[in-house]
Amino acid sequence: MTGIRPDPSKLYNRKMPATWWLQKKSYFLFMLRELSSVFIALFLLVYLYQIYQLTQGPEAYAAFTRRLSSPGWIFFNLIAFLFAVYHSVTWFQSTAVVLPVRLGERLVPRQIVTALHIGFWIVVSLGVLILFLALKD
Amino acid sequence: MGFWVSSSISKLATRNRYHEVTMAEPTITLNVTRYRPGQDRAPTTQAYAVPYKEDWVVLDALNHIKDQIDGTLSYRWSCRMGVCGSCGMMVNGTPKLTCAAFLRDYYPGEIRVEPLINFPIIRDLVIDMSDFLDKLKSVKPWIIRKEEKPVARGEYLQTPAELEAFHQFTQCINCMLCYAACPVYGLEPKFLGPAAIALGYRYNMDSRDQGKEQRAVIGNHDGIWDCTFVGECSVVCPKDVDPAAAIQRSKVDTTKNWFQSILMPWGQR
Repeated sequence: MTGIRPDPSKLYNRKMPATWWLQKKSYFLFMLRELSSVFIALFLLVYLYQIYQLTQGPEAYAAFTRRLSSPGWIFFNLIAFLFAVYHSVTWFQSTAVVLPVRLGERLVPRQIVTALHIGFWIVVSLGVLILFLALKD
Repeated sequence: MGFWVSSSISKLATRNRYHEVTMAEPTITLNVTRYRPGQDRAPTTQAYAVPYKEDWVVLDALNHIKDQIDGTLSYRWSCRMGVCGSCGMMVNGTPKLTCAAFLRDYYPGEIRVEPLINFPIIRDLVIDMSDFLDKLKSVKPWIIRKEEKPVARGEYLQTPAELEAFHQFTQCINCMLCYAACPVYGLEPKFLGPAAIALGYRYNMDSRDQGKEQRAVIGNHDGIWDCTFVGECSVVCPKDVDPAAAIQRSKVDTTKNWFQSILMPWGQR
């Protein structure tokens, strides 16, 4: 049974503007979240190249790290870091949506699930940082 | 019996020859989309000044326009209490049920009322929902049994926990606000969409249902995998169905099932 359909020749189709993601804060934040993956990928490429430079000997590696200390590269790293943090926080928010956590009968609120993830992440990061500082020299 | 001797009276007050002051009704302006098929090349906007009442919603204002000002305005509405899903429209750019959008939340600013976006306009504020209805049908939103239990054997039994697993997804009133909120649906009309997927998920999660394989359309390219979890669908949903959660959980489910079918092809389903 198809039912009665409106005459398609009389319908008016509105076009979605290319600037749709600028029209609402939530759409803009969504695009930023998606864009964060580009910066993370770029950072990863630089990081992989840095690891490759390790195989090229101490002078090559030292020259490369000196290049990375330029203000331009520091700025890129800062931006990439901010995007990576945003990426991770939104990832933990999504995790809370996808995996409902039950404590007996009650549902654990999503903000708590997210906060626990972020807390655990901070603890692990601090652990790695302390380990790095301890083993450095 | 108001007798004011006042040198400054508000804009809404008028004084008659007996110095009696009456207050005029405050008004609010609604800028409403008009489109006459076959007559207009494109939609236009018409402004209406409507009485402002503290307890009025946008639907009340539209009904006032239709009854008292301009009977040619067309729009859908029914229950006026947020359960039928008929009166969805864009109110200042946000998809809303007009029976749940209070004038006082916009007053004294003007209110822009437009037809739900991402749907073709039939006339004025009325959109063509055929695409949504086709998609809804495609997920087979009913209990599917491999074999029906005869009436003599009694009812299907379900525990409160089993009901809890899918209950929130039963609350969908098919108002299509989620389709208007979804930029993926706007960019890719083939996308199955939040409500259809949420309802398919509702039946897949129902302990009485045995028809998951028949709802394979959910796991297709234009099903859950078009979704990029913008999440706006769940934000605008008036019944807290949370279709975004249904879609992401469906992604986990279908992926798990796929791995199971590869690693344990002999498993029964």
